[in-house]
Amino acid sequence: MTTSYSPAPGAAPVGRMLLAQTAFETKMLLRNGEQLLLTVVIPTVLLVLFSAVDVVSVDGPGRRVDFLAPGLLALAVMSTAFTGQAIGTGFERRYGVLKRLGASPLPRWALLTAKTGCVLITEILQVLLLSAIALALGWSPHGNPLAVAGLLVLGTAAFSGLGLLMAGTLRAEATLAAANLVFILLLLAGGVVVPLSKFPSAVRSALELLPISALSDGLRSVLQYGSGIPWSDLGILAVWAVLGLGAAARFFRWE
Amino acid sequence: MQNEPAVAVTGLVKRYGDKTAVDGLDLTVPRGAITAVLGPNGAGKTTTIETCEGYRRPDAGAVRVLGLDPIADARQLRPRVGVMLQAGGVYAGARAVEMLRHTARLHADPLDVDALVERLGLGSCGRTSYRRLSGGQQQRLALAMAVVGRPELVFLDEPTAGLDPQARRATWDLVRELKRDGVTVIVTTHHMDEAEELADQVAVVDRGRVIATGSPAELRGPEGESSLRFEAPAGLDLAALRKLLPEGVAADEISPGRYRVEAKLGPEVLSAITEWCALAGAAPERLTVQLRSLEDVFLDLTGRDLRS
Repeated sequence: MTTSYSPAPGAAPVGRMLLAQTAFETKMLLRNGEQLLLTVVIPTVLLVLFSAVDVVSVDGPGRRVDFLAPGLLALAVMSTAFTGQAIGTGFERRYGVLKRLGASPLPRWALLTAKTGCVLITEILQVLLLSAIALALGWSPHGNPLAVAGLLVLGTAAFSGLGLLMAGTLRAEATLAAANLVFILLLLAGGVVVPLSKFPSAVRSALELLPISALSDGLRSVLQYGSGIPWSDLGILAVWAVLGLGAAARFFRWE
Repeated sequence: MQNEPAVAVTGLVKRYGDKTAVDGLDLTVPRGAITAVLGPNGAGKTTTIETCEGYRRPDAGAVRVLGLDPIADARQLRPRVGVMLQAGGVYAGARAVEMLRHTARLHADPLDVDALVERLGLGSCGRTSYRRLSGGQQQRLALAMAVVGRPELVFLDEPTAGLDPQARRATWDLVRELKRDGVTVIVTTHHMDEAEELADQVAVVDRGRVIATGSPAELRGPEGESSLRFEAPAGLDLAALRKLLPEGVAADEISPGRYRVEAKLGPEVLSAITEWCALAGAAPERLTVQLRSLEDVFLDLTGRDLRS
Protein backbone atom coordinates (compact mmCIF):
# COMPACT_ATOMS: atom_id res chain seq x y z
CA MET A 1 0.00 0.00 0.00
CA THR A 2 1.37 3.41 -0.88
CA THR A 3 0.60 6.41 1.24
CA SER A 4 -0.84 9.44 -0.49
CA TYR A 5 0.58 12.72 0.69
CA SER A 6 -1.93 14.86 -1.18
CA PRO A 7 -2.38 18.05 0.84
CA ALA A 8 -5.30 18.31 3.25
CA PRO A 9 -4.06 20.90 5.73
CA GLY A 10 -5.96 22.10 8.76
CA ALA A 11 -5.65 22.61 12.49
CA ALA A 12 -7.48 20.25 14.82
CA PRO A 13 -10.30 21.88 16.85
CA VAL A 14 -8.64 23.89 19.60
CA GLY A 15 -10.31 21.88 22.37
CA ARG A 16 -8.85 18.68 20.98
CA MET A 17 -5.40 20.26 20.68
CA LEU A 18 -5.59 21.45 24.30
CA LEU A 19 -6.59 18.03 25.58
CA ALA A 20 -3.93 16.28 23.51
CA GLN A 21 -1.19 18.69 24.60
CA THR A 22 -2.18 18.51 28.28
CA ALA A 23 -2.26 14.72 28.21
CA PHE A 24 1.07 14.54 26.40
CA GLU A 25 2.83 16.98 28.75
CA THR A 26 1.49 15.09 31.77
CA LYS A 27 2.66 11.77 30.34
CA MET A 28 6.16 13.18 29.74
CA LEU A 29 6.30 14.59 33.27
CA LEU A 30 5.15 11.44 34.99
CA ARG A 31 7.69 9.42 33.02
CA ASN A 32 10.58 11.60 34.17
CA GLY A 33 12.31 10.01 37.15
CA GLU A 34 14.06 13.14 38.40
CA GLN A 35 10.79 15.03 38.35
CA LEU A 36 9.04 12.34 40.35
CA LEU A 37 11.83 12.40 42.90
CA LEU A 38 11.24 16.10 43.33
CA THR A 39 7.46 16.14 43.27
CA VAL A 40 6.58 12.88 45.02
CA VAL A 41 9.48 11.25 46.83
CA ILE A 42 10.96 14.26 48.63
CA PRO A 43 7.68 15.66 50.06
CA THR A 44 6.54 12.16 51.08
CA VAL A 45 9.80 11.27 52.78
CA LEU A 46 9.93 14.59 54.63
CA LEU A 47 6.33 14.18 55.79
CA VAL A 48 6.83 10.66 57.10
CA LEU A 49 10.30 11.25 58.54
CA PHE A 50 9.60 14.48 60.40
CA SER A 51 6.22 13.26 61.65
CA ALA A 52 7.81 10.16 63.14
CA VAL A 53 11.14 11.56 64.35
CA ASP A 54 11.58 14.56 66.59
CA VAL A 55 14.36 16.27 64.60
CA VAL A 56 12.62 19.57 63.99
CA SER A 57 10.66 21.33 66.67
CA VAL A 58 7.20 22.27 65.48
CA ASP A 59 4.76 25.04 66.31
CA GLY A 60 1.11 25.30 67.23
CA PRO A 61 -1.69 23.02 68.32
CA GLY A 62 -2.14 19.31 67.55
CA ARG A 63 0.30 16.62 66.59
CA ARG A 64 3.54 17.05 64.67
CA VAL A 65 1.77 16.05 61.46
CA ASP A 66 -0.75 18.89 61.88
CA PHE A 67 2.14 21.34 61.57
CA LEU A 68 3.99 19.41 58.85
CA ALA A 69 1.17 18.47 56.45
CA PRO A 70 0.31 22.07 55.37
CA GLY A 71 4.00 22.88 54.90
CA LEU A 72 4.54 19.84 52.70
CA LEU A 73 1.44 20.62 50.63
CA ALA A 74 3.04 24.01 50.01
CA LEU A 75 6.31 22.28 49.09
CA ALA A 76 4.44 20.02 46.68
CA VAL A 77 3.01 23.05 44.88
CA MET A 78 6.45 24.67 44.68
CA SER A 79 8.11 21.47 43.44
CA THR A 80 5.69 21.08 40.54
CA ALA A 81 4.75 24.63 39.57
CA PHE A 82 8.20 26.14 40.08
CA THR A 83 11.09 23.67 40.14
CA GLY A 84 9.69 20.96 37.89
CA GLN A 85 8.13 23.34 35.40
CA ALA A 86 11.26 25.53 35.23
CA ILE A 87 13.57 22.58 34.56
CA GLY A 88 11.18 20.82 32.16
CA THR A 89 10.41 23.94 30.15
CA GLY A 90 14.07 25.02 30.19
CA PHE A 91 15.12 21.78 28.51
CA GLU A 92 12.18 21.90 26.09
CA ARG A 93 13.44 25.30 25.04
CA ARG A 94 17.00 24.02 24.77
CA TYR A 95 16.01 21.00 22.65
CA GLY A 96 13.91 23.06 20.23
CA VAL A 97 10.61 21.56 21.43
CA LEU A 98 9.08 24.98 22.01
CA LYS A 99 10.44 26.19 18.68
CA ARG A 100 9.00 23.22 16.80
CA LEU A 101 5.64 23.55 18.56
CA GLY A 102 5.68 27.18 17.42
CA ALA A 103 5.43 25.90 13.85
CA SER A 104 2.55 23.54 14.69
CA PRO A 105 -1.11 24.56 14.66
CA LEU A 106 -1.10 24.74 18.48
CA PRO A 107 -1.37 28.42 19.54
CA ARG A 108 1.07 29.64 22.20
CA TRP A 109 -1.69 30.41 24.67
CA ALA A 110 -2.92 26.83 24.28
CA LEU A 111 0.58 25.50 24.96
CA LEU A 112 0.78 27.56 28.16
CA THR A 113 -2.74 26.50 29.16
CA ALA A 114 -1.76 22.88 28.61
CA LYS A 115 1.30 23.36 30.80
CA THR A 116 -0.90 24.83 33.53
CA GLY A 117 -3.30 21.90 33.17
CA CYS A 118 -0.40 19.47 33.49
CA VAL A 119 0.80 21.26 36.65
CA LEU A 120 -2.70 21.18 38.18
CA ILE A 121 -3.19 17.48 37.41
CA THR A 122 0.16 16.68 39.02
CA GLU A 123 -0.70 18.79 42.05
CA ILE A 124 -4.02 17.03 42.52
CA LEU A 125 -2.18 13.69 42.54
CA GLN A 126 0.35 15.09 45.03
CA VAL A 127 -2.35 16.51 47.32
CA LEU A 128 -4.25 13.21 47.28
CA LEU A 129 -1.13 11.21 48.07
CA LEU A 130 0.20 13.52 50.79
CA SER A 131 -3.25 13.90 52.39
CA ALA A 132 -3.73 10.13 52.48
CA ILE A 133 -0.35 9.64 54.14
CA ALA A 134 -0.92 12.51 56.58
CA LEU A 135 -4.36 11.16 57.53
CA ALA A 136 -2.80 7.76 58.12
CA LEU A 137 -0.31 9.49 60.41
CA GLY A 138 -3.18 10.99 62.41
CA TRP A 139 -3.60 14.38 60.69
CA SER A 140 -6.81 16.22 61.59
CA PRO A 141 -7.27 19.12 59.15
CA HIS A 142 -9.61 22.04 59.94
CA GLY A 143 -10.96 25.01 58.11
CA ASN A 144 -12.57 26.11 54.87
CA PRO A 145 -11.72 23.95 51.82
CA LEU A 146 -12.36 26.91 49.52
CA ALA A 147 -9.69 28.95 51.32
CA VAL A 148 -7.29 26.01 50.84
CA ALA A 149 -8.16 25.78 47.12
CA GLY A 150 -7.67 29.54 46.73
CA LEU A 151 -4.24 29.36 48.33
CA LEU A 152 -3.20 26.41 46.16
CA VAL A 153 -4.36 28.12 42.96
CA LEU A 154 -2.71 31.47 43.71
CA GLY A 155 0.43 29.68 44.89
CA THR A 156 0.51 27.75 41.62
CA ALA A 157 0.14 30.97 39.62
CA ALA A 158 2.94 32.66 41.59
CA PHE A 159 5.36 29.74 41.27
CA SER A 160 4.49 29.11 37.61
CA GLY A 161 5.32 32.70 36.72
CA LEU A 162 8.68 32.50 38.46
CA GLY A 163 9.45 29.07 36.98
CA LEU A 164 8.60 30.13 33.43
CA LEU A 165 10.58 33.36 33.87
CA MET A 166 13.65 31.31 34.78
CA ALA A 167 13.08 28.71 32.02
CA GLY A 168 12.57 31.36 29.37
CA THR A 169 15.59 33.51 30.15
CA LEU A 170 18.42 31.31 31.47
CA ARG A 171 20.30 28.47 29.79
CA ALA A 172 18.82 25.05 30.57
CA GLU A 173 21.80 24.00 32.72
CA ALA A 174 21.65 27.25 34.70
CA THR A 175 17.91 26.76 35.20
CA LEU A 176 18.53 23.21 36.42
CA ALA A 177 21.06 24.38 39.00
CA ALA A 178 19.21 27.52 40.08
CA ALA A 179 15.79 25.89 40.34
CA ASN A 180 17.14 23.12 42.56
CA LEU A 181 19.07 25.58 44.72
CA VAL A 182 16.02 27.78 45.18
CA PHE A 183 13.98 24.68 46.03
CA ILE A 184 16.35 23.71 48.84
CA LEU A 185 16.72 27.25 50.18
CA LEU A 186 12.98 27.83 50.27
CA LEU A 187 12.41 24.38 51.76
CA LEU A 188 14.65 25.38 54.67
CA ALA A 189 13.79 29.06 55.01
CA GLY A 190 10.16 29.20 53.88
CA GLY A 191 8.36 27.75 56.87
CA VAL A 192 7.93 24.34 55.22
CA VAL A 193 9.41 22.15 57.94
CA VAL A 194 11.20 24.74 60.10
CA PRO A 195 8.79 27.21 61.75
CA LEU A 196 9.58 30.83 60.86
CA SER A 197 9.36 31.61 64.59
CA LYS A 198 12.80 29.98 64.92
CA PHE A 199 14.40 32.80 62.90
CA PRO A 200 15.42 36.21 64.36
CA SER A 201 12.54 38.64 63.98
CA ALA A 202 14.25 40.94 61.44
CA VAL A 203 15.02 37.97 59.17
CA ARG A 204 11.61 36.54 59.80
CA SER A 205 9.69 39.57 58.56
CA ALA A 206 11.63 39.42 55.29
CA LEU A 207 11.14 35.65 54.95
CA GLU A 208 7.41 36.05 55.47
CA LEU A 209 7.18 37.89 52.16
CA LEU A 210 8.43 34.86 50.18
CA PRO A 211 5.75 33.05 48.17
CA ILE A 212 6.56 29.74 49.85
CA SER A 213 6.17 31.31 53.32
CA ALA A 214 2.87 32.92 52.37
CA LEU A 215 1.61 29.60 51.02
CA SER A 216 2.73 27.44 53.95
CA ASP A 217 1.63 30.04 56.51
CA GLY A 218 -1.76 30.45 54.81
CA LEU A 219 -2.34 26.71 54.59
CA ARG A 220 -1.29 26.28 58.20
CA SER A 221 -3.55 29.05 59.49
CA VAL A 222 -6.53 27.36 57.82
CA LEU A 223 -5.72 23.65 58.22
CA GLN A 224 -3.92 23.68 61.58
CA TYR A 225 -5.54 26.63 63.36
CA GLY A 226 -8.93 26.60 61.63
CA SER A 227 -8.73 30.37 61.00
CA GLY A 228 -10.80 32.20 58.41
CA ILE A 229 -9.58 33.32 54.99
CA PRO A 230 -5.88 34.36 55.23
CA TRP A 231 -6.14 37.57 53.21
CA SER A 232 -2.60 38.78 53.80
CA ASP A 233 -1.07 35.51 52.57
CA LEU A 234 -3.40 35.50 49.57
CA GLY A 235 -2.36 39.09 48.91
CA ILE A 236 1.36 38.24 48.97
CA LEU A 237 0.77 35.33 46.58
CA ALA A 238 -1.29 37.53 44.25
CA VAL A 239 1.50 40.11 44.07
CA TRP A 240 4.07 37.39 43.26
CA ALA A 241 1.71 35.94 40.64
CA VAL A 242 1.27 39.29 38.90
CA LEU A 243 5.00 40.09 39.01
CA GLY A 244 6.13 36.59 37.97
CA LEU A 245 3.64 36.03 35.17
CA GLY A 246 4.09 39.60 33.94
CA ALA A 247 7.88 39.28 33.81
CA ALA A 248 7.62 35.85 32.17
CA ALA A 249 5.28 37.22 29.50
CA ARG A 250 7.69 40.10 28.89
CA PHE A 251 11.05 38.31 28.91
CA PHE A 252 10.35 34.70 27.89
CA ARG A 253 12.39 33.66 24.84
CA TRP A 254 11.06 30.68 22.90
CA GLU A 255 14.43 29.70 21.41
CA MET B 1 -4.16 32.32 -6.65
CA GLN B 2 -2.84 28.91 -7.69
CA ASN B 3 -0.43 30.60 -10.07
CA GLU B 4 1.24 32.74 -7.49
CA PRO B 5 4.47 31.29 -6.19
CA ALA B 6 4.59 29.18 -3.03
CA VAL B 7 7.29 31.42 -1.62
CA ALA B 8 8.33 34.89 -2.76
CA VAL B 9 11.30 36.49 -1.05
CA THR B 10 12.45 39.90 -2.26
CA GLY B 11 15.42 41.86 -0.99
CA LEU B 12 15.57 39.97 2.30
CA VAL B 13 18.11 41.33 4.79
CA LYS B 14 18.70 39.79 8.20
CA ARG B 15 21.45 40.83 10.60
CA TYR B 16 22.53 39.36 13.91
CA GLY B 17 24.37 42.13 15.72
CA ASP B 18 26.94 43.45 13.25
CA LYS B 19 26.97 40.20 11.25
CA THR B 20 24.82 40.20 8.12
CA ALA B 21 23.47 36.68 7.64
CA VAL B 22 21.24 37.46 4.66
CA ASP B 23 22.12 40.35 2.40
CA GLY B 24 19.45 41.26 -0.15
CA LEU B 25 18.27 37.78 -1.06
CA ASP B 26 15.65 37.14 -3.75
CA LEU B 27 13.99 33.76 -4.13
CA THR B 28 10.86 32.60 -5.92
CA VAL B 29 9.66 29.08 -5.32
CA PRO B 30 7.10 27.65 -7.76
CA ARG B 31 4.25 25.50 -6.48
CA GLY B 32 4.33 21.75 -6.83
CA ALA B 33 8.06 21.49 -7.43
CA ILE B 34 11.14 20.59 -5.40
CA THR B 35 13.41 23.56 -4.86
CA ALA B 36 16.87 23.16 -3.38
CA VAL B 37 18.58 26.03 -1.62
CA LEU B 38 22.23 25.11 -2.11
CA GLY B 39 25.20 26.72 -0.50
CA PRO B 40 28.08 26.26 1.90
CA ASN B 41 27.60 26.37 5.67
CA GLY B 42 27.03 29.91 6.85
CA ALA B 43 25.68 31.11 3.49
CA GLY B 44 22.36 32.20 5.03
CA LYS B 45 20.21 29.21 4.05
CA THR B 46 18.78 28.48 7.48
CA THR B 47 18.15 32.16 8.27
CA THR B 48 16.24 32.49 5.00
CA ILE B 49 14.16 29.36 5.65
CA GLU B 50 13.45 30.36 9.25
CA THR B 51 12.28 33.77 8.08
CA CYS B 52 9.84 32.00 5.75
CA GLU B 53 8.73 29.83 8.68
CA GLY B 54 7.95 32.93 10.74
CA TYR B 55 10.76 32.49 13.29
CA ARG B 56 12.71 35.58 12.20
CA ARG B 57 11.53 39.07 11.41
CA PRO B 58 13.23 40.52 8.31
CA ASP B 59 15.37 43.63 8.85
CA ALA B 60 14.47 44.64 5.28
CA GLY B 61 12.72 43.13 2.30
CA ALA B 62 9.50 41.18 1.96
CA VAL B 63 8.60 37.53 2.47
CA ARG B 64 5.32 35.96 1.29
CA VAL B 65 4.51 32.32 1.89
CA LEU B 66 1.44 30.93 0.09
CA GLY B 67 0.53 34.56 -0.46
CA LEU B 68 0.58 35.34 3.28
CA ASP B 69 2.88 37.05 5.77
CA PRO B 70 4.73 34.42 7.86
CA ILE B 71 4.41 36.43 11.08
CA ALA B 72 1.17 38.42 10.75
CA ASP B 73 -0.74 35.49 9.22
CA ALA B 74 0.98 32.77 11.27
CA ARG B 75 -2.27 31.26 12.50
CA GLN B 76 -3.57 30.62 9.01
CA LEU B 77 -0.20 29.48 7.71
CA ARG B 78 0.94 27.05 10.40
CA PRO B 79 -1.42 24.19 9.55
CA ARG B 80 -0.57 24.54 5.83
CA VAL B 81 3.21 24.45 6.22
CA GLY B 82 5.30 21.48 7.40
CA VAL B 83 8.57 22.24 9.15
CA MET B 84 11.63 20.07 9.70
CA LEU B 85 14.18 21.92 11.80
CA GLN B 86 17.88 21.25 11.38
CA ALA B 87 17.93 19.54 14.78
CA GLY B 88 15.78 18.81 17.80
CA GLY B 89 12.13 19.64 18.26
CA VAL B 90 11.19 16.53 20.23
CA TYR B 91 10.71 15.99 23.98
CA ALA B 92 13.82 14.19 25.25
CA GLY B 93 11.77 11.47 26.95
CA ALA B 94 9.27 10.90 24.13
CA ARG B 95 9.22 7.76 22.00
CA ALA B 96 9.24 8.16 18.24
CA VAL B 97 5.80 6.79 17.50
CA GLU B 98 4.00 8.54 20.35
CA MET B 99 5.61 11.87 19.38
CA LEU B 100 4.43 11.41 15.81
CA ARG B 101 0.96 10.40 16.98
CA HIS B 102 0.80 13.50 19.17
CA THR B 103 1.86 15.76 16.28
CA ALA B 104 -0.84 14.16 14.14
CA ARG B 105 -3.48 14.98 16.79
CA LEU B 106 -2.80 18.69 16.35
CA HIS B 107 -4.03 18.46 12.75
CA ALA B 108 -7.53 18.10 11.31
CA ASP B 109 -6.92 15.38 8.75
CA PRO B 110 -3.49 13.84 9.34
CA LEU B 111 -1.84 10.98 7.50
CA ASP B 112 -2.23 7.48 8.84
CA VAL B 113 0.46 7.34 11.52
CA ASP B 114 1.03 3.59 11.32
CA ALA B 115 1.53 3.71 7.57
CA LEU B 116 3.97 6.61 7.90
CA VAL B 117 5.86 4.81 10.67
CA GLU B 118 6.21 1.79 8.44
CA ARG B 119 7.13 3.87 5.39
CA LEU B 120 10.00 5.53 7.26
CA GLY B 121 11.10 2.44 9.17
CA LEU B 122 10.40 4.04 12.55
CA GLY B 123 8.62 0.98 13.91
CA SER B 124 11.93 -0.52 15.05
CA CYS B 125 12.48 2.43 17.42
CA GLY B 126 10.02 0.76 19.78
CA ARG B 127 10.08 2.12 23.32
CA THR B 128 13.39 3.92 22.92
CA SER B 129 13.27 7.54 24.04
CA TYR B 130 14.19 10.28 21.55
CA ARG B 131 17.52 11.12 23.17
CA ARG B 132 18.66 7.48 22.69
CA LEU B 133 17.64 7.22 19.03
CA SER B 134 20.39 7.22 16.40
CA GLY B 135 20.96 10.41 14.42
CA GLY B 136 19.30 8.86 11.39
CA GLN B 137 16.22 7.82 13.37
CA GLN B 138 15.94 11.32 14.83
CA GLN B 139 16.12 12.80 11.32
CA ARG B 140 13.44 10.44 10.00
CA LEU B 141 11.15 11.27 12.94
CA ALA B 142 11.57 14.99 12.30
CA LEU B 143 10.75 14.41 8.62
CA ALA B 144 7.66 12.40 9.54
CA MET B 145 6.52 15.18 11.89
CA ALA B 146 6.88 17.71 9.06
CA VAL B 147 4.58 15.80 6.70
CA VAL B 148 2.07 14.09 9.02
CA GLY B 149 -0.34 17.06 8.99
CA ARG B 150 -0.69 16.84 5.16
CA PRO B 151 0.76 20.29 4.44
CA GLU B 152 0.79 22.04 1.05
CA LEU B 153 4.33 23.26 1.54
CA VAL B 154 7.21 21.60 3.38
CA PHE B 155 10.47 23.19 4.53
CA LEU B 156 13.24 20.65 5.11
CA ASP B 157 16.40 22.15 6.61
CA GLU B 158 19.30 19.82 5.76
CA PRO B 159 17.13 16.69 5.90
CA THR B 160 19.94 14.28 5.11
CA ALA B 161 22.77 15.78 7.16
CA GLY B 162 24.64 12.94 8.84
CA LEU B 163 22.63 10.16 7.15
CA ASP B 164 24.22 7.10 5.57
CA PRO B 165 23.75 6.69 1.79
CA GLN B 166 20.84 4.26 2.14
CA ALA B 167 18.94 6.54 4.51
CA ARG B 168 19.61 9.52 2.22
CA ARG B 169 18.04 7.62 -0.68
CA ALA B 170 15.01 6.76 1.46
CA THR B 171 14.57 10.44 2.32
CA TRP B 172 14.92 11.43 -1.34
CA ASP B 173 12.28 8.86 -2.28
CA LEU B 174 9.84 10.34 0.22
CA VAL B 175 10.52 13.87 -1.05
CA ARG B 176 9.74 12.71 -4.61
CA GLU B 177 6.52 11.10 -3.41
CA LEU B 178 5.52 14.39 -1.79
CA LYS B 179 6.03 16.13 -5.11
CA ARG B 180 4.13 13.40 -6.96
CA ASP B 181 1.13 14.11 -4.74
CA GLY B 182 1.29 17.86 -5.26
CA VAL B 183 3.23 19.07 -2.22
CA THR B 184 5.71 21.92 -2.70
CA VAL B 185 9.07 21.07 -1.14
CA ILE B 186 11.94 23.37 -0.20
CA VAL B 187 15.17 21.66 0.83
CA THR B 188 18.33 23.30 2.06
CA THR B 189 21.54 21.43 1.49
CA HIS B 190 25.24 21.85 1.10
CA HIS B 191 25.50 18.63 -0.90
CA MET B 192 25.49 19.39 -4.61
CA ASP B 193 24.67 15.77 -5.43
CA GLU B 194 21.51 16.10 -3.36
CA ALA B 195 20.46 19.21 -5.25
CA GLU B 196 21.27 17.60 -8.61
CA GLU B 197 19.48 14.38 -7.75
CA LEU B 198 16.37 15.85 -6.23
CA ALA B 199 15.60 19.36 -7.30
CA ASP B 200 13.57 20.77 -10.16
CA GLN B 201 14.99 24.15 -9.32
CA VAL B 202 18.19 25.06 -7.53
CA ALA B 203 18.96 28.40 -5.92
CA VAL B 204 22.67 28.75 -5.25
CA VAL B 205 23.25 30.86 -2.14
CA ASP B 206 26.51 32.42 -1.12
CA ARG B 207 27.21 35.09 1.49
CA GLY B 208 23.56 35.85 2.03
CA ARG B 209 22.53 36.25 -1.62
CA VAL B 210 21.17 34.01 -4.37
CA ILE B 211 23.89 34.03 -7.00
CA ALA B 212 22.25 31.71 -9.52
CA THR B 213 18.95 29.93 -10.07
CA GLY B 214 17.70 27.39 -12.55
CA SER B 215 17.24 23.70 -13.10
CA PRO B 216 20.35 21.59 -12.50
CA ALA B 217 20.69 21.19 -16.29
CA GLU B 218 20.38 24.91 -16.91
CA LEU B 219 22.97 25.64 -14.27
CA ARG B 220 25.38 23.07 -15.67
CA GLY B 221 25.25 24.78 -19.04
CA PRO B 222 25.27 23.41 -22.59
CA GLU B 223 24.91 19.67 -23.03
CA GLY B 224 28.07 17.65 -23.41
CA GLU B 225 30.35 20.02 -21.63
CA SER B 226 32.53 17.88 -19.50
CA SER B 227 35.63 18.00 -17.43
CA LEU B 228 38.43 15.70 -16.40
CA ARG B 229 39.29 15.22 -12.76
CA PHE B 230 42.35 13.66 -11.27
CA GLU B 231 44.43 13.66 -8.17
CA ALA B 232 48.13 14.41 -7.92
CA PRO B 233 50.43 16.00 -5.35
CA ALA B 234 49.12 19.36 -4.18
CA GLY B 235 50.49 22.64 -5.44
CA LEU B 236 51.90 21.60 -8.85
CA ASP B 237 52.66 24.30 -11.41
CA LEU B 238 49.43 24.88 -13.34
CA ALA B 239 51.03 27.27 -15.81
CA ALA B 240 53.20 24.40 -17.04
CA LEU B 241 50.15 22.21 -17.50
CA ARG B 242 48.29 24.88 -19.48
CA LYS B 243 51.26 25.12 -21.83
CA LEU B 244 51.16 21.38 -22.47
CA LEU B 245 47.40 21.32 -23.05
CA PRO B 246 45.73 22.30 -26.34
CA GLU B 247 45.18 26.04 -26.76
CA GLY B 248 42.46 27.57 -24.52
CA VAL B 249 41.81 24.57 -22.29
CA ALA B 250 41.33 25.65 -18.69
CA ALA B 251 42.96 23.80 -15.82
CA ASP B 252 42.82 24.45 -12.11
CA GLU B 253 43.31 22.93 -8.69
CA ILE B 254 39.88 22.69 -7.10
CA SER B 255 41.21 21.82 -3.68
CA PRO B 256 44.69 20.71 -2.58
CA GLY B 257 45.62 17.73 -4.73
CA ARG B 258 42.38 17.68 -6.77
CA TYR B 259 42.76 18.98 -10.30
CA ARG B 260 40.24 19.74 -13.02
CA VAL B 261 40.77 20.15 -16.74
CA GLU B 262 37.93 21.57 -18.81
CA ALA B 263 38.11 19.30 -21.84
CA LYS B 264 36.85 16.06 -23.31
CA LEU B 265 39.00 13.01 -22.83
CA GLY B 266 41.32 12.61 -25.81
CA PRO B 267 44.88 11.46 -26.53
CA GLU B 268 46.29 15.00 -26.54
CA VAL B 269 44.77 15.93 -23.23
CA LEU B 270 45.70 12.64 -21.60
CA SER B 271 49.31 12.81 -22.72
CA ALA B 272 49.57 16.40 -21.52
CA ILE B 273 48.37 15.43 -18.06
CA THR B 274 50.66 12.41 -17.77
CA GLU B 275 53.64 14.34 -19.05
CA TRP B 276 52.99 17.15 -16.58
CA CYS B 277 52.68 14.74 -13.68
CA ALA B 278 55.81 12.89 -14.80
CA LEU B 279 57.74 16.18 -14.61
CA ALA B 280 56.73 16.32 -10.95
CA GLY B 281 57.73 12.69 -10.47
CA ALA B 282 54.14 11.55 -9.92
CA ALA B 283 51.32 9.81 -11.74
CA PRO B 284 47.74 11.12 -12.05
CA GLU B 285 45.38 9.09 -9.93
CA ARG B 286 41.60 8.60 -9.97
CA LEU B 287 41.31 10.11 -13.42
CA THR B 288 37.63 10.52 -14.24
CA VAL B 289 35.51 12.23 -16.86
CA GLN B 290 32.57 14.13 -15.49
CA LEU B 291 29.72 16.18 -16.78
CA ARG B 292 29.98 19.65 -15.39
CA SER B 293 28.50 19.39 -11.92
CA LEU B 294 26.84 21.94 -9.69
CA GLU B 295 30.07 21.92 -7.77
CA ASP B 296 31.81 23.29 -10.86
CA VAL B 297 29.06 25.86 -11.21
CA PHE B 298 29.56 26.94 -7.64
CA LEU B 299 33.31 27.09 -8.12
CA ASP B 300 32.92 29.21 -11.25
CA LEU B 301 30.51 31.57 -9.55
CA THR B 302 32.38 32.06 -6.31
CA GLY B 303 35.92 30.93 -6.95
CA ARG B 304 35.58 28.69 -3.92
CA ASP B 305 34.99 25.00 -3.41
CA LEU B 306 31.57 24.14 -2.03
CA ARG B 307 33.10 21.68 0.40
CA SER B 308 35.78 23.96 1.75
